[in-house]
Amino acid sequence: MLPELGHFALILALLLAALQALFGLAGPALGRERWMAAVTPAVAGQAVMVATAFACLVSAFVGNDFSVAYVAENSNSALPLFYRVTALWGAHEGSLLLWIALLASWTVAVAIGAARLPPRFAARVLGVLGLVSFGFLLFTLATSNPFLSIDPPAPDGRDLNPILQDPGLAVHPPILYTGYVGFAVAFAFACAAMLEGRLDQHWARWTRPWTTAAWAFLTCGIALGSFWAYYELGWGGYWFWDPVENASFMPWLVGTALVHSLAVTDKRGLFKSWTLLLAILAFSLSMLGTFLVRSGVLVSVHSFAADPTRGVFILAFLIIMIGGALTLYAWRAPLLKSSAGFELGARESFLLFNNVLLVIAAATVFAGTLAPLISDALRLGTVSVGPPYFNPTFMLSMLPLLALLSVGIHANWKRGRLKDRQRTLLYTLVGAAVLGCGVAFGIWSHGALLTPVGMTLAIWIALSSLVDPFDRWRRGLSLPRAVIGMTVAHLGVALAVLALTTVQSFTSEQDVALAPGASATVGGYDFRFEGVKPVEGPNYDAQGATLVVSRHGARVAVLKPEKRQYWVQRQVISETAIRMSRGSNILVALGEDLGGGRWSLRIQIRPLVSLIWLAALVMAIGGALAASDRRYRTQQVAAAAGAAAAEPAA
Amino acid sequence: MKRFLLPLGIFALVAVVLGVGIWRSPEKGVIVSPLLGKPAPQFSLPNLTDPAHPVRSADLRGRWYLFNVWGTWCVECRAEHAMLLNVQRSGRVALIGLNWRDNDAEALSWLQQLGNPYQTVAVDRSGREAIDWGVYAAPETFLVNPQGIVVYKHIGALTEEAWTREILPRLPPPVASKS
Repeated sequence: MLPELGHFALILALLLAALQALFGLAGPALGRERWMAAVTPAVAGQAVMVATAFACLVSAFVGNDFSVAYVAENSNSALPLFYRVTALWGAHEGSLLLWIALLASWTVAVAIGAARLPPRFAARVLGVLGLVSFGFLLFTLATSNPFLSIDPPAPDGRDLNPILQDPGLAVHPPILYTGYVGFAVAFAFACAAMLEGRLDQHWARWTRPWTTAAWAFLTCGIALGSFWAYYELGWGGYWFWDPVENASFMPWLVGTALVHSLAVTDKRGLFKSWTLLLAILAFSLSMLGTFLVRSGVLVSVHSFAADPTRGVFILAFLIIMIGGALTLYAWRAPLLKSSAGFELGARESFLLFNNVLLVIAAATVFAGTLAPLISDALRLGTVSVGPPYFNPTFMLSMLPLLALLSVGIHANWKRGRLKDRQRTLLYTLVGAAVLGCGVAFGIWSHGALLTPVGMTLAIWIALSSLVDPFDRWRRGLSLPRAVIGMTVAHLGVALAVLALTTVQSFTSEQDVALAPGASATVGGYDFRFEGVKPVEGPNYDAQGATLVVSRHGARVAVLKPEKRQYWVQRQVISETAIRMSRGSNILVALGEDLGGGRWSLRIQIRPLVSLIWLAALVMAIGGALAASDRRYRTQQVAAAAGAAAAEPAA
Repeated sequence: MKRFLLPLGIFALVAVVLGVGIWRSPEKGVIVSPLLGKPAPQFSLPNLTDPAHPVRSADLRGRWYLFNVWGTWCVECRAEHAMLLNVQRSGRVALIGLNWRDNDAEALSWLQQLGNPYQTVAVDRSGREAIDWGVYAAPETFLVNPQGIVVYKHIGALTEEAWTREILPRLPPPVASKS
């Protein structure tokens, strides 16, 4: 009964989304006040319906209702309760429902915040969000209904893909999707502004907190995904330039550009059409990510669910949404004039460089991700472009970006008087270079050419970011959250550069074959292999190895990597064992049984690798701080009042 | 005005590529290489499994071989691996691997874990050798005849279809087993 109720609620949600889009877009266009007033109830109704559908699917999973095809395919009665809930987004249909539920949540939040916006503008924003929701609901109902039943019901389920039975993956998709979907809000604000044909500085101020919040979620989501891939996929890498990873990374790069470009539009009223374009692009890339992952056009290491008919549907939807938005852009953007100018060397120029470099980085990732598709379209066969392409091309735009970041922080708005700051710049750079080279050559005596460069950049960024807050503090000025947030986020960038440089330069890795009692030495640690014993889990059998790790004779840790065979899917998963020691991650993965008690093992020591994820968290915290700045709340009221007063004249 | 149409134009191109991508997702294509009908590049490269004996093109003269470019970082190569093992089992032609821009330890553990279909694997750490062959992305496979002439090139994962339709017909008939 509940699955039918869920299905019905989803259909009602589709209808309400249609109404929300219709009233939200047609109301302001035709000047119908009552239509516009109906938008918020439609939003609320849709949210209730989506929540009902979501709850129905959760209860089907929790109650082991194997008459629902999706539950039978992705769950099992032996699956622990926690994973029965998270199995909801373990495959395509449920992921879509999660996407829709998150979009509904964002829409409700926008509707609550929209009380402070001019009503016409608010109706249009919600109308565009309704259109997006309508598309995704239609897609779900037409091609990927999670409530389809099977008759007779399956006696038991086929179980959740074992690789997804992990706490990291339980939280990764919701947070990542919250970021993805959050860019829909920026997109809706951009479309509404273009429909209005008017974009002022208030617009940027309204859009900024939403965009920054979405960006912070996306940052967390990507970091969690990378962390999950590190310990669960068993290869010990933290980034693979895999299409699924790239799909989340491209909107992040463009989103980062958007966050900065919005700052210029907010502060100086510049870059208007560019900001609009970035807002469209960020969400387009989020949707394209869904397309790439879900349509099966690209083969990926960890893509699940692939189906060309779904691809056709998403493509049609993309053409309508992105094509529509870009047509609107071509028509309306020329009307937007930027009045003010700025000098070369002013902060605006640095933010322009930032934007251009980030977009170039996104374009390189885009080209690399789509290269297999393009070569296929031109009948060149299937190929995959790996790290040999991505690593150098990505560095090419990142190195100048990081170097300019330190200079740009010191620059003033409007005036290009960098000379005044020459001494600070020089001092921080020299200090950073001394420290950076000292760390690179002092602590570790070896390393690549880029090691001191990376270290120097990281320390320079950290020092430069702290100059302004320190200066304000010394002069007794207030420190608004926006400034603290920016500083924290930039310190996160410095941390990330430091961690990536260290990991890339000083990882020791070795694949060894050991008999029980034998030892191997990797990166200064001794690993004594104690042998392999069978282990029984709740829904799997495993071979568990024991390794005693010591350094200079002193015991550091006992690591127990496993190789699990899950009962239902008969899939073998390597469960790595990871331990922190002196800032390094020691990772051991159990390989093959070589006979006679000998096993192959992968041993890896990555210094500071945990800092990569910590850095992402720091960036996200910076974003959260900036998004919660008081001026977004207080000034909105004033701005809305001003705009409302101006309305009758328009 | 025109510059504001540019994003729309670019998107239209991307949409066409994506559309063609879906349209053609089941079938995979072939391309002609400028090397076809020309002598394969001369090389002498380190041997992955046997460092004492470098892999030399001169030593390969006088017999057919498939020259397969791969790397452990390449997703398609993993997909292709089972097919390569089938080729090796068929015994029709020797497989010579070119381990491209890779790490020796990773390459060795890959072969240890997935099985080694290659007679020998040459190592091209810098990627210079692959440039001579006109490789632009892995995997790629070249069929070279006893005169050292490249007679066929396959881009992307080697498929059963390419093997039976394109490669097998070009090889001499199998030698009757010793009776």
